[in-house]
Amino acid sequence: MQQEIICTNCPMGCHVIVTLEGDQIVSITGNTCPRGEAYARAEVTDPKRTITTTVGIIGGGVLPVKSDRAVSKRRISEFMEKIHQVYAVRPVHIGDKLIEDLDGDGANLVATQNAE
Amino acid sequence: MNKVDLVIIGGGPAGMGAAVAAYDAGVRDILVLERDHRLGGILEQCIHNGFGLHRFKEELTGPEYAWRFEKELHARGIAYRLNTMVLDITPDKVVTAMNSEEGVFQIQAGAVILAMGCRERPRGALNTAGTRPAGIYTAGTAQRYINIMGYMPGKKVVILGSGDIGLIMARRMTWEGAKVQMVLELMPYSGGLTRNIVQCLQDNNIPLLLSHTIVDIHGKDRVEGVTIAEVDERRQPKMETAQYVECDTILLSVGLLPENELSKKASVPLDPMTSGALVDQRRMTEVPGIFACGNVLHVHDLVDYVSEEAEIAGRGAAAYLGISGENYGAEDQAHITVKPAKGVRYTLPQRISAVEDTTVFFRVTDVHKAVKVVVKADGEVIQSRRRPRVAPGEMETVNLNAKTLADCTGKTLTIEIEEV
Ligand SMILES: Cc1cc2nc3c(=O)[nH]c(=O)nc-3n(C[C@H](O)[C@H](O)[C@H](O)COP(=O)(O)OP(=O)(O)OC[C@H]3O[C@@H](n4cnc5c(N)ncnc54)[C@H](O)[C@@H]3O)c2cc1C
Ligand code: SF4
Repeated sequence: MQQEIICTNCPMGCHVIVTLEGDQIVSITGNTCPRGEAYARAEVTDPKRTITTTVGIIGGGVLPVKSDRAVSKRRISEFMEKIHQVYAVRPVHIGDKLIEDLDGDGANLVATQNAE
Repeated sequence: MNKVDLVIIGGGPAGMGAAVAAYDAGVRDILVLERDHRLGGILEQCIHNGFGLHRFKEELTGPEYAWRFEKELHARGIAYRLNTMVLDITPDKVVTAMNSEEGVFQIQAGAVILAMGCRERPRGALNTAGTRPAGIYTAGTAQRYINIMGYMPGKKVVILGSGDIGLIMARRMTWEGAKVQMVLELMPYSGGLTRNIVQCLQDNNIPLLLSHTIVDIHGKDRVEGVTIAEVDERRQPKMETAQYVECDTILLSVGLLPENELSKKASVPLDPMTSGALVDQRRMTEVPGIFACGNVLHVHDLVDYVSEEAEIAGRGAAAYLGISGENYGAEDQAHITVKPAKGVRYTLPQRISAVEDTTVFFRVTDVHKAVKVVVKADGEVIQSRRRPRVAPGEMETVNLNAKTLADCTGKTLTIEIEEV
């Protein structure tokens, strides 16, 4: 089986072809540089994304937050449900943790804006 | 009247970057005027990440990027006033502003930097007949509703225009539980970054329909659906392809326009191609002592370039004020004109007034693979460089060093794209 991945590491946007036998990668072609290979490999096995969203602040307002590492893309809706249950308390500052170990793999949910 | 060496209008990334650079070049008497209740500009609502890859080699969200600069302002003790709206600027740099504490006040500035950013193209871009039910928003307005006010504008969404803000909002609304039916793009290619097409649309199985548009909006009080159709090469809808799509919300992501009402009041001449001021390599407009940078000058897709440009303007203002001791003044010493030619939509700067290393930014008109960027002086090739790929959505640059420019005084430089 072949999967086509567009590398997003730089504006070249190479179309990288990953050939699979079962879940084994047998070849990766089409990338212009090694970053493209690493990216395509991750995309096929367990793609990761950073979550950016907002949580409510007690007493009003919303606070932008993010996962401080990329998390498994396939589980994003599960993480979003968890995130929707938390509220921030003023004052809160950039980098403050709102959820520790969001994904069971060490990613935390942190504030990305200050709210005094 | 109060006197201030350097007045900066707008406290977004452009205004803050210019303030820090001017300070570091020796200017101490600086005042930033910002109409919002905080610094940061539009970045405060851009909560997604991807900012600062060039500059900080890490992916920050908009507010985090802005905070890096705000800290720099605080560290230098640079003065700023919030909730302060600038109403007028005269060509001799009298700035009139207003806030609730001081009322209307005037400042005589030694130099001014315009950093008012841009706004979205108005709704008029949607050329459909009939009434306008509720549920139609620009992508940026929806972004503000969700990310600042915490209010979801709808549940079933069609997005018109594949600019980056629309793509980002497609993912944002999907993650928040809305169903984004599709993104329609009038042109045969997307104006957004590949990265956003992959991570915002493909990741969430949202179809991108190129060469498509909305031809009719249904619903009386609230949007209930749209009729969409494919368009031909002349961008006319092919009515035989028309189909109905259910939705309660339409987002328009149809481009940004520099916000130059104040520049016009100061008699600053504008470039019809950028809708921003005509500037020299230091970002000084044709009005001596008035500079411009950031989205008010031309629309940037990466904030990193906004910061870079802001620093050029900040240092330029310091030089103009005679504070940084550089050889730069209002007097044009080089008389070099820079013009777009084949395949290039605009260049920035549009003139070079002193022989010094200069980076010219430009945008191409079409997507090309494998091209040469050719620079000519009065028709003669002086520089040529290969590029693997160029696209209208991504800003390009050419570097011209002082040695090259020394032979170009009085000439017209053109930048063009040649296929190879
Ligand atoms: C809705 C929207 C979303 C965007 N999303 C992205 C994105 O996802 N990624 C990206 O890289 N770029 C994005 N951009 C582009 C972004 O604007 C630039 O990257 C960058 O923020 C521009 O910086 P700036 O300082 O020039 O303008 P801005 O950030 O717009 O700052 C201008 C500031 O000037 C102030 N101002 C204006 N007029 C006056 C006045 N008369 N008196 C006082 N103050 C005034 C405004 O309040 C504002 O704070 C977006 C733009 C818009 C409009
Ligand atoms: S493979 Fe390398 S060159 Fe191609 S898009 Fe990815 S990072 Fe860029």
